[in-house]
Amino acid sequence: MARVQPEQQAPVVQRIRIRYAKRGPLRFTSHRDFARALERAVRRARLPIAYSSGFHPHPRISYTSAAPTGVASEAEYAEIALQRRIDPADLVRDLDAALPPGLDVLEAAESTGGSLDERLTVSHWRLELPGVTDAQATDAITAFLNAEEISVQRMTKKGYRTIDPRQPVLHLGLHSDESGALSAPHAADADSCAILDLVVQHVTPSVRPDDVLAGLRVAAGLEPPVPPRVTRLAQGMVAEHGEGSTPFSAGTESATGAGFALSAVGGLADPLGPDRGTVVTE
Amino acid sequence: MSVTSVYPELEQLLPLVKKPIQYVGGELGAVRKEWDTTTVRWALMYPDAYEVGVPNQGVQILYEVLNELDDVLAERTYAVWPDLEALMRERGVPQFTVDAHRPVKAFDAFGISFATEMGYTNLLTALDLAGIPIQSSDRTDDHPIVIAGGHAAFNPEPIAPFIDAAVLGDGEEAVLEITGIIRAWKAEGRPGGRDELLLRLARTESVYVPRFYDVDYLPDGRIQRVVPNRADVPFRVHKRTTMDLDAWPYPKKPLVPLAESVHERYAVEIFRGCTRGCRFCQAGMITRPVRERSITTIGEMVQKGIAESGFNEVGLLSLSSADHSEIGDVCSGLADNYEGDNVSLSLPSTRVDAFNVELANELSRNGRRSGLTFAPEGGSERIRRVINKMVSEEDLIRTVVTAYGNGWRQVKLYFMCGLPTETDEDVLAIAKMAHEVIRAGRAAAGNKDIRCTVSIGGFVPKPHTPFQWAAQADPETVDRRLDLLKKEINSDRSLGRAIGYRYHDGQPSLIEGLLSRGDRRVSEVILEAWRDGGRFDGWTEHFSYERWAGAAEKALARFGVDLAWYTTRERGETEVLPWDHLDSGLDKDWLWADWQDAVAEVEQDDCRWTPCFDCGVCPAMDTEIQIGPTGKKLLPLAVTGQPSRGVVPSSQSYEADEA
Repeated sequence: MARVQPEQQAPVVQRIRIRYAKRGPLRFTSHRDFARALERAVRRARLPIAYSSGFHPHPRISYTSAAPTGVASEAEYAEIALQRRIDPADLVRDLDAALPPGLDVLEAAESTGGSLDERLTVSHWRLELPGVTDAQATDAITAFLNAEEISVQRMTKKGYRTIDPRQPVLHLGLHSDESGALSAPHAADADSCAILDLVVQHVTPSVRPDDVLAGLRVAAGLEPPVPPRVTRLAQGMVAEHGEGSTPFSAGTESATGAGFALSAVGGLADPLGPDRGTVVTE
Repeated sequence: MSVTSVYPELEQLLPLVKKPIQYVGGELGAVRKEWDTTTVRWALMYPDAYEVGVPNQGVQILYEVLNELDDVLAERTYAVWPDLEALMRERGVPQFTVDAHRPVKAFDAFGISFATEMGYTNLLTALDLAGIPIQSSDRTDDHPIVIAGGHAAFNPEPIAPFIDAAVLGDGEEAVLEITGIIRAWKAEGRPGGRDELLLRLARTESVYVPRFYDVDYLPDGRIQRVVPNRADVPFRVHKRTTMDLDAWPYPKKPLVPLAESVHERYAVEIFRGCTRGCRFCQAGMITRPVRERSITTIGEMVQKGIAESGFNEVGLLSLSSADHSEIGDVCSGLADNYEGDNVSLSLPSTRVDAFNVELANELSRNGRRSGLTFAPEGGSERIRRVINKMVSEEDLIRTVVTAYGNGWRQVKLYFMCGLPTETDEDVLAIAKMAHEVIRAGRAAAGNKDIRCTVSIGGFVPKPHTPFQWAAQADPETVDRRLDLLKKEINSDRSLGRAIGYRYHDGQPSLIEGLLSRGDRRVSEVILEAWRDGGRFDGWTEHFSYERWAGAAEKALARFGVDLAWYTTRERGETEVLPWDHLDSGLDKDWLWADWQDAVAEVEQDDCRWTPCFDCGVCPAMDTEIQIGPTGKKLLPLAVTGQPSRGVVPSSQSYEADEA
């Protein structure tokens, strides 16, 4: 008997790119956990999602490289393919309502083509180190930045692997709290909670905040007494100085403040910038 | 007095453990309430890992039923893995609920649902981490009342010293009654303390309080008698039966976890109870009579459940789902409603007949036909007569031929090894059956691209079944037969290569047997095994037979009994069984007669379709069979903003084969 062929699914007519956050306790969601939650939220919100054809139709959602489990983020990106056109603003509202608080859809833009991944070449991380003083942190940062090469071990599926966390670091410094909404809650105990800004290029194998923290330990013996809290504040490309530079443009102002600029780099270009005909912000 | 969250302390530990999301809560469907606005507070536990516990229907139902009351708070807690347990001990973080991360010790009642006895050591870990004394007798008015439920609570004697009470049977009405008693007792200013509260619970005659019963033993180790040690405590405690499932359409708001769990689906019980009469099946015996949920309620529950949860799978649960009187209409109606929605429907069907294949065809109308599962349970017709699994070899072959002919590629067959009266030949007959399945299947499919998996586990005699008197097979016998079967399956290479063989070795079954039919003396074994590091005993990678065998030897010696005495020893008709004072409704004389029929290879019909055979449940419990057909149809989905895709078939229906 001939096998039943699966039904063809409706074609994709629109792709919407979203920026979402992973906050508070839900920073412990792994990427797989988030993907399942998003797919369910899409169904609950009754979005006209497109499915792949075949015996196991899958919702057509493309993810970009995710922040590690346990790391919060204000800047995760995904692209959702739809079989019927909708307003990106409606998608932000409905999808955010269907996701649990702590997994928050922040903004969306209709894709105008081009690769989203290629626009995500750098991440800006915030590291909060309770129990570490600014002076300790400064010494460690200096040692780290002055090192030519640092080798740290990371456990991977194939066993321990040695990587150099120094090489892709574009910026590592104490956070100046002039602009930081995020650092405000710690103002009272600022002496005992150093806050660091870290800007790292996306390289292979990837260098994550954990690796930089391991580098600080190796290079300067910095051992935070409690697990640091890490947040990805932004992703993007390093913008050229001068014309075309859009340092931390739309969407990240709540996290970093409009006047934010890092001395070592010109700021990050908004990954959704090229897609925005109509900018939608929550 | 308010209670503070332990989350700030816990948060420090989460980056250091595996899968931290399981401890965070925040599920869709979870309820958060203010502590101070409630008067009766329950911590509900499923004593296994979060991924296993969170989909559990029993806990979800009680959680929702309790939280619907304004002055009642219910939160959930699960077993923490050893990595977190070690850190919690080091930093002094107590057992917590995942909802608001409150310490379990602060609640009024701590309810634990035991689907299996293998969760007993996890109970001890949770009590210990919570700061609740492990022995009931050491607890004070500052500690919650520890209440066991679930199927294993039909013989809670092995954990009797660790619990304060046990509830047999359906929980939804029982928790409300217990809540009412706790509420009144607290409102009166807790007169008489803990003891008085337990006495009030015991007087309901449906809450078993072990401390109010004394067990005397004969010199040979058998039980002489179990009697109440106070006035107005009942001699026997009766199980609870919730009638009219349409009045209890839970879960309404299913819990949707962020962490991956073992069942990612909206599950609806389409009926409770089963009267097929499989003699090994404790669930079928203790959940009688059959009570169907109506086709219309099932349809409404599925529609709301899917819309609320965003799940893309529906499971139609029961002990034998194809036996629902309107299952054909349920399946075709749901298939219509969800056509084109990429929602998959599943029927955990284990009965062997062609009707099941029709249902499965209907449910997989748009999807892939991958695998079907059937449970002949025994390899030879003789052993199937013993266990009352009335399936002939021809039925089975006809069924799988239908399946393969309809495009299903894989058939999974479930069996048990170590059944009463079993011989090597009975087990080797499984190989013959599997070979025949492949031969007939290849002919029906017209190609060789089909598979059959034989999955076999060790039989464990359970309380309140006709096999409660039976000798459990020793692990050596089980393992030897499993090995013989493997060789026999592979004796024909051409057929054997299309047959998968999955089995569990016999040792864990023996320990399960000890815990299933044990008495209060077995509590010492559990305590010993737990002290020796026993955790998550239902997980192969955590279970240690040596630990349990060692604990049994150490703890039981002073009683003059041993592991074999509890497991491989056949009991006599007059022996007092540890659970005789716990009333499942089944008449002990009927159970004994059914046991004798089993040995004589005499079958027993199903009372849904043949006259009552006097198992005793309905008159004892004042219940009755509740089945359809209602003649109603499943309503099409009322989808707002989108055209309804489904059309209700008017003439489509299936004849139930035995009807």
